[in-house]
Amino acid sequence: MKFTGRKISAGRASGEALVTTMGISFYGGVDPETGRVVEKDHELEGQTIAGRVLVFPTGKGSTVGSYTLYRLKKAGLAPAAVVNAEAETITAVGCIISDIPCVDHVPIERIESGMQVRVDGEAGCVEVG
Amino acid sequence: MLAGDYGRSTRKAMEILTALGTIYAADRMVPVASVQIAGVSFDNLGEAGLDFLSEMAAGGGQVCALTTLNPAGMDIENWEALGIDADFAHNQQRVIEAYAKMGVVTTCSCTPYLFGNLPHFGEHIAWAESSAVCYANSILGARTNREGGPSALAAALTGRTPRYGLHLDENRRPGLTVQIEAALNGTRDFGALGVAVGRAIEARKEKAIPFLRGIPAATVDQLKSLCASIATYGGLALFHMEGITPESARFSPPDETLVIGQGDLDEAICSLDASLAGGEVDFVSLGCPHLSLSEIQRVAALLQGKRVRKTFWITTARPTKRIADQMGYTAVIEAAGAVFAVDTCCVVAPIKGRFKALATDSAKACYYAAAKNGFATRFLPFDEVIEEALK
Repeated sequence: MKFTGRKISAGRASGEALVTTMGISFYGGVDPETGRVVEKDHELEGQTIAGRVLVFPTGKGSTVGSYTLYRLKKAGLAPAAVVNAEAETITAVGCIISDIPCVDHVPIERIESGMQVRVDGEAGCVEVG
Repeated sequence: MLAGDYGRSTRKAMEILTALGTIYAADRMVPVASVQIAGVSFDNLGEAGLDFLSEMAAGGGQVCALTTLNPAGMDIENWEALGIDADFAHNQQRVIEAYAKMGVVTTCSCTPYLFGNLPHFGEHIAWAESSAVCYANSILGARTNREGGPSALAAALTGRTPRYGLHLDENRRPGLTVQIEAALNGTRDFGALGVAVGRAIEARKEKAIPFLRGIPAATVDQLKSLCASIATYGGLALFHMEGITPESARFSPPDETLVIGQGDLDEAICSLDASLAGGEVDFVSLGCPHLSLSEIQRVAALLQGKRVRKTFWITTARPTKRIADQMGYTAVIEAAGAVFAVDTCCVVAPIKGRFKALATDSAKACYYAAAKNGFATRFLPFDEVIEEALK
């Protein structure tokens, strides 16, 4: 499967998908020291986003979350790439300043955790399988 | 800029603006001549934010618009006297230095419009700091979205911002008339009005820009209090006020009307004014947003020859303080035992755990005192805040 969406943050990367139907708040919702989701009752609580292609509908929470992504990247714990249904400012800015490829306007319900995903932030493409 | 011809910081900045333009369907970039940057206090930025700023400064980025800074986590010159620890001070200095290296004017204030960063009616600007954004849009009639720290910095480094949201005429139309049927006396009451209107807007399914009616007059100090409050409690970046704000004449009042009566105002005041069972106020602060010169005059007049008995912070901008120095107000205030906390404020300084209860005239300060620092709050008229410090 190949989806063409919008280019949000440049770069190319691939990895194993980690998918949630819930929004993600990077500030407070992800531990910058471990890369684990710590938000209570989140579908991904306890799972690490490090090195994964993180697939979620949209970002939420404090704008400081952009800096959390940057901190994760510096620690080698950032996601390999981000795929959103609808990108918003916090995630978009976080991905750009951290050199994490990001594409949105993709039918994320067709991607499942564990699938191999290639994200092309230059072309705005996501390839699954 | 995107090709990297102006260096890697400028390229990064343009990537941010291009992505925001894509997300919010901007048709093009508009030039900006004025920027206000948030994300200055090390308490909010942390090590990651500092790393990012240092990298942008090292990448050779230089601002190409007049750019001022939000309050820092401490008084840059007098931090020791405020009880700030040396590690924090060191990191805070590095933040300021990174901004200075990029050509930012390091005023460290939330009221840049009071001293030199004053956009004109209709001008496109890129401001962060919710209270200043609301003031610029509503009171000055300039045009800005609510920028975050990185997007404001990006606008400063490129001199551009994507044209969407409040840059466009059609998005500045009021959607709700708010009829005020209550007496508003002073900054505290205008703050309470912001709480009442802000909460009402937050509770709606669709946000609407309010068109306020029934306010016969308002001072700059009262308007800055309202802007801070309505942005904090309602997330609003723009309102119109009949007969007072410059764009109000362009619109007729929307049909849907919300009435704010004396009872609503009293309820807003009560919700922030705790009866301190068994405890008492141990921290008094004026200056959220930063005090104007006229407010400092008032503080000096009321403290003349008296002695405060509590920790009392006067928070303001350094340019304003310099005039207060020159006019002798500072000497009167400091002789009374109150402390100037310049470049900072009780919202962004690292004071968690140091106090139990704050007295202030600022609805915004009450919000952050409770949410960020766990303080109880007394929400009092300006003069009574000073009386509280003297008790």
